Order: sequence, then C-alpha cells, then structure tokens
Amino acid sequence: MVTVAFASALVCYFSSTLLFLIYLLRRSETLARIALALTSVAFAVHTVGLVLHLVAGEGIRLISFHKAMAFFSWTLVLVFLGVVLRYRLHVLGAFLLPLAFLALLSTAVVPTSSVPVLQPVFQTVWIHVTLSVLGTVGFAVAFVAGLMYIMQDRLLKSKQFNVLSFKLPPLDFLDALNQRSILLGFPLLTLGILTGAVSAQITWGSYLSWNPEQVWALITWAFYLIVLMGRITVGWRAKKAAYLTIVGFAGVVLTFLGILLKGHGPPASL
Amino acid sequence: MHAIAIGLSHKTAPVELREMLAVPESRIGEALGRLVAYPGVREGMLLQTCNRVEVYAIVEHVESGFSAVQDFLVETHFSLSAEQLLPHLYWYAGERAISHLFRVASSLDSMVVGEPQILGQVKDAFRLALTHNTSGVILNKLAKKAISVAKRVRTETRIAENAVSVSYAAVELAKKVFSNLAQKTVFLIGAGEMAKLAAQHFITHGVRQILVTTRDGARVRKMADRFKGIPVPFDEFRGELYQADIVLCSTGASHFLIHREDVVRAVRERMNRPIFLIDVSVPRNIDPAVREVDNAFLFDIDDLEMHIEQNREERRQEALKAEQIVKEEVEVMIKWLQSLEATPTIVALRERAQRIKEGELQKAWSRLGHLSSQEWAAIENLASAIVNKLLHGSLVALKSAAQAEERAFYIEAARRFYHLDEWEKECRLNHSRMAAGNQSDQHASRPAASPAHSRQSIEVPVNVPPSHHRIARPDDEQTADPA
Repeated sequence: MVTVAFASALVCYFSSTLLFLIYLLRRSETLARIALALTSVAFAVHTVGLVLHLVAGEGIRLISFHKAMAFFSWTLVLVFLGVVLRYRLHVLGAFLLPLAFLALLSTAVVPTSSVPVLQPVFQTVWIHVTLSVLGTVGFAVAFVAGLMYIMQDRLLKSKQFNVLSFKLPPLDFLDALNQRSILLGFPLLTLGILTGAVSAQITWGSYLSWNPEQVWALITWAFYLIVLMGRITVGWRAKKAAYLTIVGFAGVVLTFLGILLKGHGPPASL
Repeated sequence: MHAIAIGLSHKTAPVELREMLAVPESRIGEALGRLVAYPGVREGMLLQTCNRVEVYAIVEHVESGFSAVQDFLVETHFSLSAEQLLPHLYWYAGERAISHLFRVASSLDSMVVGEPQILGQVKDAFRLALTHNTSGVILNKLAKKAISVAKRVRTETRIAENAVSVSYAAVELAKKVFSNLAQKTVFLIGAGEMAKLAAQHFITHGVRQILVTTRDGARVRKMADRFKGIPVPFDEFRGELYQADIVLCSTGASHFLIHREDVVRAVRERMNRPIFLIDVSVPRNIDPAVREVDNAFLFDIDDLEMHIEQNREERRQEALKAEQIVKEEVEVMIKWLQSLEATPTIVALRERAQRIKEGELQKAWSRLGHLSSQEWAAIENLASAIVNKLLHGSLVALKSAAQAEERAFYIEAARRFYHLDEWEKECRLNHSRMAAGNQSDQHASRPAASPAHSRQSIEVPVNVPPSHHRIARPDDEQTADPA
C-alpha cells in the first residue's frame, strides 16, 4: 500500500516536474495550472503514503533514512504549495519539485537493507531527525532561491528579456526568500544538532565522536552561521548570498550522502 | 434598425476640436436626451475620452441617422459649424459600426495599442446611457458585448502585457529587480524629458522619495518642487548615490558623470543592496563599465529601446489575434441583429393580415346581419383559412431566412408586397392622434398596434384571433352590440 502510494506520487511528481520545466520556457499559464493540479494530487497521495509509512513498524518516529527522505520530500512540496498560494509563484515548481522528486525517488531506489536504521535506544532520537530534516528543507528553499537569483541576475546583466526573465521573480524577492529560508532553517538545524549530540551522549557516552558525517554536519552548520552573520554585519546579500547558499547546500547534500553511504551508527572506535 | 457610429479621434482631429465636442458629465443627461429626441434615433450612447468623441446610435434609417447625429454634434458647441466639423468625422454603419466599437473597447484603435483605460471609459459611457435611459435592447446588447470582447482580448492575447514606451520600460525593468517600488528612492540626475517622464511613472508606482540634482542650481529647486523631491547640490551627488535604489540619468553632459568607482562605492555603502541605473542621455553619462559591478544593473537608451521593440513586436502579433477575436464577435452580433430584424416584419405582416380580415368581416356583417352564429363562425373560419394559407409561404420564407444572407431581400420584398411601411406609418399616425385625445377617430384607428409595440409582443397567433379581435354579431350573447 505504502509502495503503491509512493509510486503513484512519484509518477505525478515526475510529470508535474516536467510540466513545470516546460512552463519555464513557454508562455502558457495553463501548463502551470495543470502542473499545480498534478502536484496537489501527488501531494495528497504522498501524505497518505507517509502516514501509512510512519504508523507502520516503529510508530511515528522518524528514524530510518527512508522515512526521513519521504518526510523531507513531503515538507518541500508543502512549502512549495504554500508559497504558490501566497505569492502565485508557479515558476518555483520548476526548481523545488525536482528536489522533492529526487528525495522521494531515493526512498524507492535505495534498498532498505543498505541503510542502517538508527537504533531507537533513546526515545527522543526521532526529534533529532525531524528537526534536522526541517532545517534542511529551509536550506533547500534557500538554495533554490539562490539558483533563481543567479539566473535572473545573469539575464538582467546580459539584457536578455526573454520568457525566463519574465517568469522569474524580482531579485529582491528572491534575496528575501533566501534570507527567510536560512533564518528558519538555521535554528531548526541547530536544535537538530543539539538533540543529536544529547542522543549520542546517552547512547554512546559522548556528544561528538568526530566521525566524518558529524564533522561535515558541523562544518555545514558553521558555514550557514557565517553566511547569516555575514549578511547581518557586512552585507553578504544579493548575489554573494545566492552563491554562498548554493555552496552551503552542496555541503548539506554531502552530509546526507555520508549518512546514506556510511550509516548513522556509533563511531568505529567505540 | 441599424447601428451607426459617428465621431472623431486622435487619428482624424486635433485636440482643440476634440475638446470642443466633449460634453461635461453634468450635462451628459441633457445631451443624450437631445440625441434620442431626433426623429429616427432610437437609442444613443456618447463615448468621450481625451482621444475621441464618438456617438453610437441605433437608428431607423442609416442616412437620416447620420444627419441627425451630425446635427447633434454640431449643436454641442455653440461656436462649431458643420464645415469645421465634417472633414474630421468618420461614419460607420452596421457591421463596421459594431466592429469599430469592439475595436475601440479592445484598445485596438487607441493611440497606444493595448492601453487599459479605454475599457473603463466605454463602461462609463454605457453606464451614463443606462442612467439616462437612452440605451435600449440593441445598444445594451452591443455595449455589453463590446465590454466582454475587450475582456476576451485582454485575457486571450497579451496585447497589454508589456511596456511600449521608453519611460515605462524603465519602470518595468526596475520591477525585475525590486518587487515593491513603494519603499524605494529614486535619484533623478539632469532635467532630460525622458528621465522626468520616467520619474513621473515611478511616482505613480509609489516610490518613497525622489532626490533631484542638475548642474543648474535654480532648476534643481524647480524640479524638486515639481516632484516633491529633495534637491541635492550637483557637486555632491556622487556621495549621495548610495541612497538611491533607482538612478535616472539624463543630462546634456558630453562625458561620463558616473564612473565605475562611484557605483562600486555606492554598492558597498548599500551593503550590496542592488542599485538600478537608467541612462537615457545621449551621449551616455554613465560609464558602461558599471555593468561589471556586482549588484548594479545599468540600462542605457539602447537597452530600453531593445526591450520595448520586443514588446512592440509582441503587441503587433497580439493585435492580429485581437482583430480576429473582434471579427468573430462582430459576426455573432450581426447574426443576433439579423434574427431580430426579421421578427418585426413577421409580426407586422400578421397584424396587417389580421386587420384586413377584420375589416372585411365587419363589412360583411353590416350587409349580412341576419346570419346565425354557426354561419358566422363558418364565414370567420373561411376568412382565417384564406389569410393563413396565403401568408404561410411568406412567413416560412421570412423565418427560415433569419440567418441567411438573402434575408434582407426577403424582408424588403415582404414589406413592399404588403405595403407594410406605409401601413405602419399610418398606424403610428393614428396612434399619435389617439394619444392626442382625438376620440372621434377611435373606431377608424382599430389597427392601432404601433410597430414599436408589435416588436415587443412578437407571437400573435394568426389562426386563433384573440377574443377582442372578434367581430361582434347580433346574436352573440357574450358581446355587447356595437350599434
């Protein structure tokens, strides 16, 4: 049942992603409307699948890679639908939906056995995962905003007044979206890391065991801290902020890949 | 019934003449009343904008309608003579009049094709005609259709989407950088016309403040007054550049006034907030090297021209689509008008036959007063049957031709064969005489249904005459003896 729900959601996300990408270069608002309707359907099915997935097995705690990714993807689409409702910014679909699609796809293509399940030794370890995922959603939106910013900036600089520049939102809107997403994502990730450290202390007896993905996570966190401070103190905004958040998100993806490939277990030395 | 349009626009008349013809809104009611008081003018609407004054009317005959409306226009201004006015007028009737109204409402006839105000002005004109009761069935339909056509053009084409003037293009491009102009500061450097126009557009879009500088100190204050802006001394303006979100530059200087370093410094002082620069001066006043500065967006006159040329080309393409929409809708409208036109003739024909039958029965009754009611019924049936059978072919032809092209010929033929025009005129005459209180004529004016009335009461069954049409007979107990 869960598989069927996720599979149909995947098909719908894939189609709407394609439609949104075509919409980016076409002058048809109908395309966007169809894509949005399709996304909403996919989201509903996704929600059903997610609920079924979460209540199955260990209860609603997010402690497997698959659940975390399904939740990440779901939250991204939720944010997308919210932004579309609020700002009528359909073009965001062409950027945010591919991410949501890929995240959900990873739950289908990565075999469950290859990713170790986080041991639910400590009851509240799922809080660590949930918060980290939510923080990551914030960074993903910031990344997409940054990407769109760079595109619009390039188009304006090269005086290309085409369909794309017509569809992309104004620069300051994208910069504000970038800033807000980081402002939301950063505290969530901070809390996620703190709860993770506490869990590690209880489970393994040390807050930090210096394994690569932990180090990466800390580096990424520090990077975003610097980005945020830089914006406030020395004006790292606009184009610079856009580039920085793109780099930062690459760090986030690497951390995720690290967890995916190596697992999230106790350090080798223990 | 014919739709006609007479007027003048920016294409045919100078502004002085257009001003003369414009009727102030307080006197529109009186003017509209005067318009429909002309004989043959049934409905009327007056469309006035700064670019056009037009009369749309529904008239009985095109020629007399034209001259009536022309007289009306000449009378609107005491100092106007027909000779002054005539060369500037255009005259449209029927399909062309309808098409003209649709094109005007859709902004295809505007000075700037696609401008949005005209639709509101057409709505106002229609509202005034409604308020003053000079718009009837046909004009209502026509005006409503014009409004819906304009909306269709607006939604189905992109005719009004993009800027087609340099000054407006500046605003449009600024909106690619700033989502909301309300909190922005505009720095106007120089007193060039185009930059001032652009500044005006930015003010309409609600910018927060305007800084003004020119080389000429006295002029600065004048301009600051005009735009309610803050004057900045010319030799200090580079230092104040950081305050500006939008820089509009248009001076007569022959060298660069703003260099790369000025903008680099301004962007730094703005903590990397984007700065948007428009240079409409020729020769240019802003060093093109500014383009390389991050978060600074410089557009010169050629960039703006390029932008609006794209928009213009798009508008031309869209206007073609819009013309097609107008054409389709005019056809729909014409069909409706045509179906409307056949009906009065059918009604008039039936009425005429009914009256003839009644007249002849009346004569027969005065000669054959002694007949029984069965015999009378037989005679009445005989008369009805002859009338119906004779009319049947003509009525079917008229009805079936309601959508066809030869419809006009059929109507014309029916009107001539049965002398409908003369008969209607006579009816109208009798009707007005009756209305004037000439009671002695009442009997003679039995066929008193005026054409205007018969148009409303379309279905009068011929084979079953209404009871009041029946002829009173001596032994008819239900009807009083007319003698």
